Amino acid sequence: MTPDANYLDMDLLRFTTAGSVDDGKSTLIGRLLYDSKAIFEDQLEAVRRVSETRGDHEVDLALLTDGLKAEREQGITIDVAYRYFATPKRKFIIADTPGHIQYTRNMVTGASTANLAIILVDARHGVIEQTCRHAFIANLLRIQQVVLCVNKMDLVDYRQESFEEIVKSFSDFASRFDSIVNIEFIPISALNGDNVVHKSNNMPWYQGPSLLYHLEHVFIGSDANHVDARFPVQYVIRPQTQEFHDFRGYAGRVAGGVFKPGDEVKVLPSGFSTKVKEIVTADGALEEAFHPHSVTVTLEDDLDISRGDMIVKPNNPPEVGQDIEAMVCWFSEKPLAARGKYVLRHTSKEVKALVREVRYKVNINTLHKIEDDLELRLNDIGRISLRASSPLFYDSYKRNRLTGSFILIDEFTNETVATGMIV
Amino acid sequence: MLSYTLNHLDQLESEAIFVLREAAAQFEKPVLLFSGGKDSIVMTHLAKKAFWPAKLPFPLMHVDTGHNFPETIVYRDSLVSQMGAKLVVASVQESIDSGKAVEEKGPNASRNALQTITLLDAIEKHGFDACFGGARRDEEKARAKERFFSHRDEFGQWDPKNQRPELWNLFNGRKLPGEHFRVFPLSNWTEMDVWQYIKKEELDLPSLYFSHRRPVIRRAGVILAATEFITLQSGENPEELQIRFRTIGDATCTGAVESAAASLDEIIQEVAASRSTERGTRADDKRSETAMEDRKRQGYF
Repeated sequence: MTPDANYLDMDLLRFTTAGSVDDGKSTLIGRLLYDSKAIFEDQLEAVRRVSETRGDHEVDLALLTDGLKAEREQGITIDVAYRYFATPKRKFIIADTPGHIQYTRNMVTGASTANLAIILVDARHGVIEQTCRHAFIANLLRIQQVVLCVNKMDLVDYRQESFEEIVKSFSDFASRFDSIVNIEFIPISALNGDNVVHKSNNMPWYQGPSLLYHLEHVFIGSDANHVDARFPVQYVIRPQTQEFHDFRGYAGRVAGGVFKPGDEVKVLPSGFSTKVKEIVTADGALEEAFHPHSVTVTLEDDLDISRGDMIVKPNNPPEVGQDIEAMVCWFSEKPLAARGKYVLRHTSKEVKALVREVRYKVNINTLHKIEDDLELRLNDIGRISLRASSPLFYDSYKRNRLTGSFILIDEFTNETVATGMIV
Repeated sequence: MLSYTLNHLDQLESEAIFVLREAAAQFEKPVLLFSGGKDSIVMTHLAKKAFWPAKLPFPLMHVDTGHNFPETIVYRDSLVSQMGAKLVVASVQESIDSGKAVEEKGPNASRNALQTITLLDAIEKHGFDACFGGARRDEEKARAKERFFSHRDEFGQWDPKNQRPELWNLFNGRKLPGEHFRVFPLSNWTEMDVWQYIKKEELDLPSLYFSHRRPVIRRAGVILAATEFITLQSGENPEELQIRFRTIGDATCTGAVESAAASLDEIIQEVAASRSTERGTRADDKRSETAMEDRKRQGYF
């Protein structure tokens, strides 16, 4: 990367990568990092050393992402690993999610903060069950941008028909996914570098961009909700100093909409109305704040507001209620207990919750509903209804990823056992 | 109309401030680990912003190996007094004197690993339940698997195979008595982001980061400052070189790079062109392929 006067104005794209075992995911990431010069010589040297000790024929680029001892010994990826690279246009954060162990848990975790998902397909095998699963999760987590990389094109002699066939079958299948706004199909060979960073000469029939070009230019501005004003109060700032004697600020990160000084606002759960006085930051007051700004808001009236409360606008308030319907993904070895009680964390609020019913589970390979086995086990996805011990201020996950999501925590082990997306 | 997006540095800043506030809200007695290195300087700056106009709601803690560059201590003390912050110094020398830690022997002896003992002791003594650290995932492969809120059991140990998933901006900081958390607000930053941010925010840094002449020795591919803490081996003769440090830690294992970069702009250019990671200069990471993971499991930073 060359230093660039524009560096201070680069934007940020977070993406997740999914593929089944041997689809060449690690090779693809290694290729992106290597060709964009985000891999350093000492890292490559270390990987080369390990590859040699193991007697590998080639340098195993997967070792760049699999850093833990157990991963190296067993040749597996245990956990989501985050990787970083930048081009003069954008900074990228990759959530690299392993394909086998705890696949759903890892994919869901990686997808929760991603703007874009790369799904890999082996050109020889086409769209398989795992491809459906990956697309289902991307859609469930509301990732609007999907890139289907048809990898190993070199092994099908770079034939256009092989690619077109996969494009067609994936398009047919994906048409039922309403969250995915755009799918880009790119024929690549991660091993040889075809269409990864540079356009390939081996596929003159392909008119589209290389993968990196697409990642650099794809529009990601529409992910956040800038319509419904939501400000979960995270922390109350009271300096109690001579200079700021009466200062009482509500710190938090805007979860939706735009806040400006003078805006009429309502505070939940009290329901009191007031106006925004100032949007305070250490660098001076802001004219407006929107997601993902972390700011401090002061109000015209002195109200009793604490962490877990939410500042909203009166004309489009969130839902307020204790009975929640949600899709959940189960993360724990211990299955969901019948009428299980858990700690529920939603925005900056923590309440108790009782799972009242599992309505159905989803077979994520076929997308069929399962209604005869309602026990949610590790990696299962299903729909539940639950009751919270006090009202939540929420939106559907489709409308707002931040006010529509929650996690469930085991009260005794403190383990995060599930994640939920409010329907 | 303005477009509702933030550039990458503003996004990273917002995320770090969110994490700092979240930890301050979820934990009773947090502490910010301060080494005098650039990452902890950036962290301190972010913490100041997160709670402005109030003061930091937690103290800073320096785990002091006693093998410091004097520049680091001068910088530390002036920053602390400027901010009106509280400083806790946890001393490795005291751990050694009281018999809790045993000094390594031999020419490559370092107090780096002993810091873990002193750190865990101080956490227990002061009852800290969360320690902010400046570690970044891009630094090292074991750190790439870290969480923002990273759980430590009652022995201070990290279990990388059994970490809590982190989704959206929901952080689970619940714990049992005796357990604590390490919190890493800079998880998503790269070395380049840190330097760009230092430039954007016009932060002062210890002079060690800028090019200067200094007597050094070369040992196992690492350029070490010839300080009083280093025992010269036969054949080692200090030579004076034009160097700077890419990371700052214990003087016995912090390696320098030959460099003429004397300003932030020059450093940024150098980092951009560099073909090795900043941890490549650290003797402590070179002890084995999984040196960082091994130390982290024990409770290291």
